[in-house]
Amino acid sequence: MSDTLKVPTMAELFAAGQQPEVLFWVGCAGSFDDRAKKITKAFVKILNKANVSFAVLGTEESCTGDPAKRSGNEFLFQMQAVTNIEVMNAYEVKKVVTACPHCFNTLKNEYPGLGGNYEVVHHTQFLKQLLEEGRISMEGGQYKGKRITFHDPCYLGRANNVYEAPRELIKKLDAELVEMKNCKKKGLCCGAGGAQMFKEPENGSKDVNIERTEQALETQPEIIAAGCPFCNTMMTDGVKNKEKESSIAVMDIAELIATAEDL
Amino acid sequence: MTYLPNILFAIIFVTAIVFFSKNVMRLRRNIKLGKDVDVSDNKSQRWKNMAKIALGQTKMVVRPIAGLLHIIVYVGFVIINIEVLEIVIDGVFGTHRIGLNVLGASVYGFLIGAFEILAVLVLVSVIVFWIRRNIIKLKRFLSNEMTGWPKSDGNIILYFEVVLMCLFLIMNAADSSFQGLDTGNLISQHIVPWFNSMSPESLHFVERTAWWLHIVGILIFLNYLYYSKHLHILLAFPNTYYGKLVPKGQFKNSDAVTREVKLMMDPEADPFAAPAEDAPEAEKFGASDVADLSWVQLLNAYTCTECGRCTSECPANQTGKKLSPRKIMMDTRDRLEEVSKVIDANNGSFVDDGKQLLGDYISHEELWACTSCNACVEACPVSIDPLSIIMDMRQYLVMEQSAAPSDLNNMMGNIENNGAPWPFNQMDRLNWAQEQ
Repeated sequence: MSDTLKVPTMAELFAAGQQPEVLFWVGCAGSFDDRAKKITKAFVKILNKANVSFAVLGTEESCTGDPAKRSGNEFLFQMQAVTNIEVMNAYEVKKVVTACPHCFNTLKNEYPGLGGNYEVVHHTQFLKQLLEEGRISMEGGQYKGKRITFHDPCYLGRANNVYEAPRELIKKLDAELVEMKNCKKKGLCCGAGGAQMFKEPENGSKDVNIERTEQALETQPEIIAAGCPFCNTMMTDGVKNKEKESSIAVMDIAELIATAEDL
Repeated sequence: MTYLPNILFAIIFVTAIVFFSKNVMRLRRNIKLGKDVDVSDNKSQRWKNMAKIALGQTKMVVRPIAGLLHIIVYVGFVIINIEVLEIVIDGVFGTHRIGLNVLGASVYGFLIGAFEILAVLVLVSVIVFWIRRNIIKLKRFLSNEMTGWPKSDGNIILYFEVVLMCLFLIMNAADSSFQGLDTGNLISQHIVPWFNSMSPESLHFVERTAWWLHIVGILIFLNYLYYSKHLHILLAFPNTYYGKLVPKGQFKNSDAVTREVKLMMDPEADPFAAPAEDAPEAEKFGASDVADLSWVQLLNAYTCTECGRCTSECPANQTGKKLSPRKIMMDTRDRLEEVSKVIDANNGSFVDDGKQLLGDYISHEELWACTSCNACVEACPVSIDPLSIIMDMRQYLVMEQSAAPSDLNNMMGNIENNGAPWPFNQMDRLNWAQEQ
């Protein structure tokens, strides 16, 4: 692992009279969950390498309110939203990138109605753009020919019709992209959405993440790629449940790129 | 006496139309029990969606076998029903095959020939549908909610279609003057030999019987619609028109809550102020009964034809949970029908019948099993949104009853206290940047 990360905050830049190109919305999982923090760091490494002018809100960031809204607590959601919007508007934020599809969806779709109008992109879209602009290069060597299957996060795919950005990045790694029987519009949920991440599942015959993991395993992948910290957790648990963790890695697209670049 | 059939026909026809109109009015009234919602935006996109999804059947063919068969039945039914126009004119004015006089033998023959081919194709498709339901027993037609009336309803519709198509072909085959033209009888000419031994009088009787049963059958079928899932043949059009246009992940922000939040954030607002005299009654959050839903959601419920594509794509249902998006729609419709009966029994006004959609029809367990993944919404061939009903009912559970599962209450408590769903200090949000 390389040098320390450069993670400027909006407050620091603002004090210095600067405005970053983009706000990196880290999200709760990306800030606190040990597995998701690795994704956050991998993404920051790429941003640093590409000299992207970005900043985070740091301690001024708060939950977008997505799990509250999906649980039915509209009041708590809107309280979170207006608070976050006040902070972002004060910093005159124009563009936001996030590695969490839930934050992405909420910021992009549900904040405008409450006064928060930003250009919001998912990190896979942002990375694809960096690649197209030649700001990052991808040496696919390490992943050449590896079988990678991509699990569509519901809040990126069906919810917002982003299917191609993550796939194009995988293809750029010279990897062999193998699709599950349920992919893209028909992608099966990992089981975490709608605030399920934070509760025990209802009684049933199986957990959703096991079902999805089985679909992933059918493609005989070496890597299951994800674009969502919650999907990542669910799929990792599923792979462990199938005792395949030594042969199959669950990785975020940002991690794939960061390791391909040997960052 | 010669006018007796015409009068009889007119009476049957008018009765059927009046009865149908009454049910359309009832349908309209019931749908309007829902809350008002502004769907007047983006008319061109809405027309396009209707043309593509309802008229063009684009989402039906996602499942190619069912989709193709459905298109045959749909096109067949729409086109063959042009024939109904002629039947009605003949019935009222006592003419026989008026189209022949108007269009000439060649055009008329072409039309009827096309109808006959379509009739056979519809017949075959409908038989395949019946086999799928009753012999192959496809899983999505066998769920818990598909017993009793819904199961019979599905089959009755198929029997209706078989009978109507057969009557159409028999009517043509037994019509000796039509067969005499030898045009347009592509299929029916092969049925003619069945009647060879009959006298002209008996043959005429068969023709008249088939003709009458055919049109009466169509009129009965028209009036059956209201009591059946088959309403989708009409409602699919408005339903796709009023379908959601924003990204599927975008859930509606509640205006009532926005007003409350604004008031809370307003430093000028007096927290101890008594509500103004003319202040409207506090709005109920979320939905516990059909009248709390929007009229589009109620239209959704009447449009559902119980195909079960939503349920078969639902991750919760696939893994054995109680949730079935189709049942959510069927429950909403059934409760709405129950409310409708209460209204009818009480001279047009609703009297509390001690029941509601939440609890009496839809359980908490079903609602909490949803992952909000939108698979059901994506799967629906006619733009129904079961997820929006689930979310509205969760809102009622949480905001009116504080009845969330305790794990979720903990999560929400954490968000309130420290801005994250887990109990981490907000001041530690950037710690990851220092960790190696």
